[in-house]
Amino acid sequence: MDLKKKDYIPKEELRRIQIERLKETVQRAYHLVPFYRKKFDEAGVKPEDIKTLEDIQKLPFTTKQDLRDNYPFGLFAVPLEQVVRIHSSSGTTGKPTVVGYTESDLKVWTEVIARTLKMADVGPKDIVHNAYGYGLFTGGLGFHYGAEAVGAAVVPASGGFTKRQLMLMKDFGATVLCSTPSFALHLFEVAKEEGYDVERDFKLRAGFFGAEPASEGLKRTVSESWGVQYVEVYGLSEIIGPGVAASCQYGSLHIFEDHFIPEVIDPETGEVLPEGEEGELVLTTITKQALPMIRYRTKDITVLHREPCKCGRTIVWMESVKGRADDMLIVNGVNVFPSQVEHVITKVEGITPNYVIVVDKKGVLDKLEVWVEVDERFLTDGVGTLERLKKKLEEELLNNLYINAKVKLVEPKTLERSMGKAKRIIDRRELNL
Amino acid sequence: MLKSKYAVKQISVFLENRRGRLAEVAQALLEAEINIRALFLADSSEFGILRMVVNNPEKAKAVLVSKGFAANETNVFAVEVEDKPGGFYKVVKVLADEGIDVEYTYAYAGSSERAILFFKVKEEEFDKAVGALLNKGIKLVESLEMYK
Repeated sequence: MDLKKKDYIPKEELRRIQIERLKETVQRAYHLVPFYRKKFDEAGVKPEDIKTLEDIQKLPFTTKQDLRDNYPFGLFAVPLEQVVRIHSSSGTTGKPTVVGYTESDLKVWTEVIARTLKMADVGPKDIVHNAYGYGLFTGGLGFHYGAEAVGAAVVPASGGFTKRQLMLMKDFGATVLCSTPSFALHLFEVAKEEGYDVERDFKLRAGFFGAEPASEGLKRTVSESWGVQYVEVYGLSEIIGPGVAASCQYGSLHIFEDHFIPEVIDPETGEVLPEGEEGELVLTTITKQALPMIRYRTKDITVLHREPCKCGRTIVWMESVKGRADDMLIVNGVNVFPSQVEHVITKVEGITPNYVIVVDKKGVLDKLEVWVEVDERFLTDGVGTLERLKKKLEEELLNNLYINAKVKLVEPKTLERSMGKAKRIIDRRELNL
Repeated sequence: MLKSKYAVKQISVFLENRRGRLAEVAQALLEAEINIRALFLADSSEFGILRMVVNNPEKAKAVLVSKGFAANETNVFAVEVEDKPGGFYKVVKVLADEGIDVEYTYAYAGSSERAILFFKVKEEEFDKAVGALLNKGIKLVESLEMYK
């Protein structure tokens, strides 16, 4: 069937499918996973209590900590014989989180990635250069099978080897790039250094960028540098990997809600917020077999919109993730998301969108430094000009984010380029306590 | 055009104030066999801009950029004066009388009795400045001379 049709399903039909699938998922979770049974019992809720979509609010939340506590397979709802794939997070912030997929789960995943790719009508004529890391990370393999499913030719480039990747992109005539936004930008910078004529040498028309938050400015830079339709991809391995949501040509990040039910809550109280209010995204999987997730707290801050999108899709859409509740810095009492800093930086001419935020303590006060790279294209030879640039950036940060940050100009390419997710924050405060 | 004859391509390099960074610039230029004719370092507390006149600016820029430095080219002009009191005055007086702002200037006293002064003025005032100096009989050094 036409995959795209699923995004345009009449609302009533969608609700019917959702409630049916939700009921089934809750039953399975309760009866097959001791962890869920215990949690439901403690909350005094039985699967039979879930009769409407609103009843989802009666269910307890699940967190990343729950996954860690039940490491590695404790939350699986199927015997291992039915698991055909296992992925895992890097575990940089503790024990890794492990996720499993049955054959049916992989089908769902392939479907949502295929629907993601359809946001730019990717099909058999396309050559998809997949620079997401292959391996335990869900990005590489997730996109791989989705792209095959729409009939495109996939180049499983994975991460690293930037120069070779550029050569392959040019020689094979890649039309679609899948990567993190920071790696897309890195590829572009290296292409210039290597003397490529980006417009002539490459045929890219669309890019599928995700796995890290990107500001509007970074998105625009990536989209304009490569001359591509920027499709934002949202996902997390706990839910399925990439493919939870993808942006249409109007930039609305549509959630494939026939598979994932979204809610937005107040991260402090856990209360469900009305549509249009900003809060933490909570997702419930309703088709996953191996690892059903009930009201998983993503820590991602966003807003849900149910009003119709200009593209005609009936499924709900969310705004770009403003930041992770985890990444939120509190600097002298002011909440700061790295993406907000990034947005300010990309508005100021003369510096690249590469930056690092360094937080330190100076006495009792937090001291924030933003390190940004000077771009040789804009480098003028006056110390005064650069001093003004620095001052302008400091003023912009103060005006937009209400923080006193010290800006430090650094040489180009000195800030770390990650092949996967960019590391934007260095918090030295804990070390000094 | 005066510019094509007298515009000397000066290389400007952005440098963080880090130990050894100057040496790295110098080493990169040495390895590329580039000769520095004159240099001047402008600095703030955190970074500096190294300005150099070299014998091969295109190559110097390419080498530095490939080594990860932010480098670009700026037009300056070179004036030859007698290496004695009043030499500098003669030149800046002309520019001042013409109402031309000097953004910066530096000099090198070579082995002879002549000194070379480098001037940076606003790009749009370049021809006016050079023209005025030539009118007053001041000797300008052609850019090709600098690249020898």
